[in-house]
Amino acid sequence: MSDTALTLSASLSRPAKTTSILPVSVRDLVLNFGETTVLRGLTLDLGPTGCTMVMGQNGSGKSLFLKLLHGLMQPTSGQIRWGEYPAEKVTARQALVFQKPVLLRRSVAANIDFALKARGKDRTRRDRILDHVGLLDKAGQPARLLSGGEAQRLALARALATDPEVLFLDEPTASLDPASVLMIERIVGDARARGVRIIFITHDIGQARRMADDVVFMHGGRIIEHSPASEFFPDPKSDVARDYLNGKLVV
Amino acid sequence: MVLSGDSDLLEIVVLSLRVSLTATAIACFIGLIVGALVAISRFRGRNALLILMNALMGLPPVVVGLLVYLHLSRSGPLGFLGLLYTPTAMILAQTILITPIIAALSRQILEDLHAEYAEQFRSLCLTRMQTIQALLWDARYSLLTVGLAGFGRAVAEVGAVIIVGGNIDHLTRVMTTAIALETSKGDLALALALGIILLVIALGVNAAVQSVRMTAARQAYV
Repeated sequence: MSDTALTLSASLSRPAKTTSILPVSVRDLVLNFGETTVLRGLTLDLGPTGCTMVMGQNGSGKSLFLKLLHGLMQPTSGQIRWGEYPAEKVTARQALVFQKPVLLRRSVAANIDFALKARGKDRTRRDRILDHVGLLDKAGQPARLLSGGEAQRLALARALATDPEVLFLDEPTASLDPASVLMIERIVGDARARGVRIIFITHDIGQARRMADDVVFMHGGRIIEHSPASEFFPDPKSDVARDYLNGKLVV
Repeated sequence: MVLSGDSDLLEIVVLSLRVSLTATAIACFIGLIVGALVAISRFRGRNALLILMNALMGLPPVVVGLLVYLHLSRSGPLGFLGLLYTPTAMILAQTILITPIIAALSRQILEDLHAEYAEQFRSLCLTRMQTIQALLWDARYSLLTVGLAGFGRAVAEVGAVIIVGGNIDHLTRVMTTAIALETSKGDLALALALGIILLVIALGVNAAVQSVRMTAARQAYV
């Protein structure tokens, strides 16, 4: 971990919560949009630490699953338990970074301040957080004039500023150049090292290999496979995951 | 007459601005809150409310003037306040006239912005009040134009203020009512002078707001 990350780790160290929201248990999760079933009986257990990569084709239900886990949507049926809590009760202890960063029409610093104020956090941490993501020198600039990579780092900084126990990332590096991707991965890696539970959607197989402790593979609204990364990449159990990893068109 | 600073002229201009700016401020306070609440809320009958809000934008000033007159006249329910033929009555009439404009236009702007921010705000667990505050602040430059539309409607309006104000010299005479009166009397010099001032005010306020918006647009704050 870098010196900055160590400093940040100390500055962001949070008071111990009385009851952990980890591990997470998902049982028979179904989501319907009208007559259409988009998630079909998902069942999954995720441990209390590490980085879970969620993979699968577009339309396989990854983003919807993430929003259900984060409590932003209600399932049609089934259950999600974060520790002893339902998903909608722990949203404030988690953070989500979207594929397209949603930045307020304010300065870089004001975007962080907004999140800190919303979650009742100490605003004096803002500069340390911006320094950690390499944006301290742009603190006064309009956030929406940042480059794509900088904007995503700001979105990530804002998420981390809320001191989450779980960080969801929905393809945060989908349209970024390699240098920006590595910076995002470094920041996420630092967060994981501080004990933040990471749940990360990606289509980038190289990134998944670099980051994953375990992989959830989804297809057609189902979880096809959940394996440790050390098993998934060399020997995926399902044909559809094997074809996906080999770059074959999966219909 | 304009350049010499004629005292009668000045008095009329100052009263016009006082009435219309006060009405705009009150209408913004009410209209922005209503617009924001409707923008972020989903409830039964919302579509009917939207239709009503949009329809009220076209309220005829003379009808508003008549309704306020009926309420403030001595035999009306608010007659005891003795407000008829006072600047307060004119402010009240203009506020009623432009509040629906502020509410309807701001609702559309804030709803569009909320569509962009909604998931992020839910992720941050913002309260309804925090959401409204954030939307109003981030839409501030667009809402300036909404306020300007309201002010423009108020300051140029004649039908309502002439009914509830009475166009009384040195008391309730504003630019538009004075122009109407002086034109009918044939004193075109005063009418034209007031017309020029009205146009300059409209152009000046528009230019100022446009300048602020362009500065904000350069910083991607619009």
